[in-house]
Amino acid sequence: MCTTCGCGHTEARIDGKPIRDASATIDSGRTPPGDAATGSEYRYVRVLQGPGSHRHAHDHRARLHHRADGPGHGLRQAGEGGRDATRDTDIGATTQDTATHAARILSVERDLLAKNDAIAGANRRFLADRGVFAVNLVSSPGSGKTTLLVRTIGAWDRRTPIAVVEGDQQTSRDADRVRAAGAPAVQVNTGKGCHLDAQMVANALSQLALADGSLLLIENVGNLVCPAAFDLGEAHKVAILSVTEGDDKPLKYPDMFRAADLLVLNKIDLLPHVEFDLDAAIGYARRVRPGIEVILVSARTGEGFADWIAWLERGVTEAGSRRANTADAPDPRVAATESGVSAAD
Amino acid sequence: MHEMALAQSVLEIVEQTAREHGARCVTGVRIEIGALSHVEAEALRFCFDIVMRGSVADGARLDIEATPGAAWCMPCAATVPLARVGEACPHCGSYQLAVTDGGAMRVREIEVAGARERERATLQGEA
Repeated sequence: MCTTCGCGHTEARIDGKPIRDASATIDSGRTPPGDAATGSEYRYVRVLQGPGSHRHAHDHRARLHHRADGPGHGLRQAGEGGRDATRDTDIGATTQDTATHAARILSVERDLLAKNDAIAGANRRFLADRGVFAVNLVSSPGSGKTTLLVRTIGAWDRRTPIAVVEGDQQTSRDADRVRAAGAPAVQVNTGKGCHLDAQMVANALSQLALADGSLLLIENVGNLVCPAAFDLGEAHKVAILSVTEGDDKPLKYPDMFRAADLLVLNKIDLLPHVEFDLDAAIGYARRVRPGIEVILVSARTGEGFADWIAWLERGVTEAGSRRANTADAPDPRVAATESGVSAAD
Repeated sequence: MHEMALAQSVLEIVEQTAREHGARCVTGVRIEIGALSHVEAEALRFCFDIVMRGSVADGARLDIEATPGAAWCMPCAATVPLARVGEACPHCGSYQLAVTDGGAMRVREIEVAGARERERATLQGEA
């Protein structure tokens, strides 16, 4: 809506057609699948909050107020007649708007996750300085994360110090189980929050007396959506999927599986009793995350734990050797991504 | 519903920018959301209105610029469009894709009411 005259708020359009919410101004469009081979499948669909359908004292064609794609109507979002538009970076016009209308556009260009990522970076340095290998375990509720942790603590058998950060909305039940298994644990309760963020982990790290060369297991809130977006400073996200869930979960929740470097398929002792296509699940996971490593385990029977413990051991060893020569070590995630893509089928 | 947390991030960025420029009223916020990012535009819009309430950006308009996703396709050795994670290369059908674009969640710019508008608001308040 124009801040000067209030016009335009009932005229929002997508591709020339009215949309249900006039404030929903911009959307993306794609040509139907049948047109996919023709190239340039994507286009910006810009919304017209345009001139011409109403009258008032000022000139809609004037550049300083109602530029077709200018700041007079919203934040330069309006495209003439819904045409494809490229981004307007005409700062000079913005300045002129300031003089005329006393409304200014301020360029910001800041990522929503910048603050979280900065804290995650500090966590990562903190952990690297101590040679700690940290993994962020993500899954839906009920996949067996805590049972996996408890068994892992036993199987780890004090090879190196081990510690756990537990994330749940409420209760300290999981941390209690982990402590009973013999590992120090900090419980983070997120309240109404649906994920751990880097600040929560920073707080937890300040409470854990982490020994050098530790294995740190971070159990995220059971949720296959939100934790994908939040870097905690871990070396790897590990997605856990149990065979009592659908084998198509990687396709239904692709963001999480794309963010992960390892897929642990849990509860494989139940495979004879459930309809879960193992090959399909792994194939789907590799569609969204080419080359993702897969380990099959049963946290109940211990099957497959040799592979899982070996994977963790490699991580701890690498974290220790990186600490020894931090100066020229490459980012492990960059290396993992590169090898992942080249190893994909 | 991590969109609530993201809306809080938007508020922090908006408040800081407004403070730096001495602006007391933010009338619009423009956010870029990539097709492959971790945010649902409608959920963010819902949270935005709630989170901005009582702030310098109370009632501000939210404009969302949706940008398309893109990936590097190994068999094609080319950048190809990608609408969603988990889809195949539109040209060769391969899943050997590395996402290169469309992950952004970024506040691009804000619109602030200038002095003249504030004066008018003051006059209207006194009338």
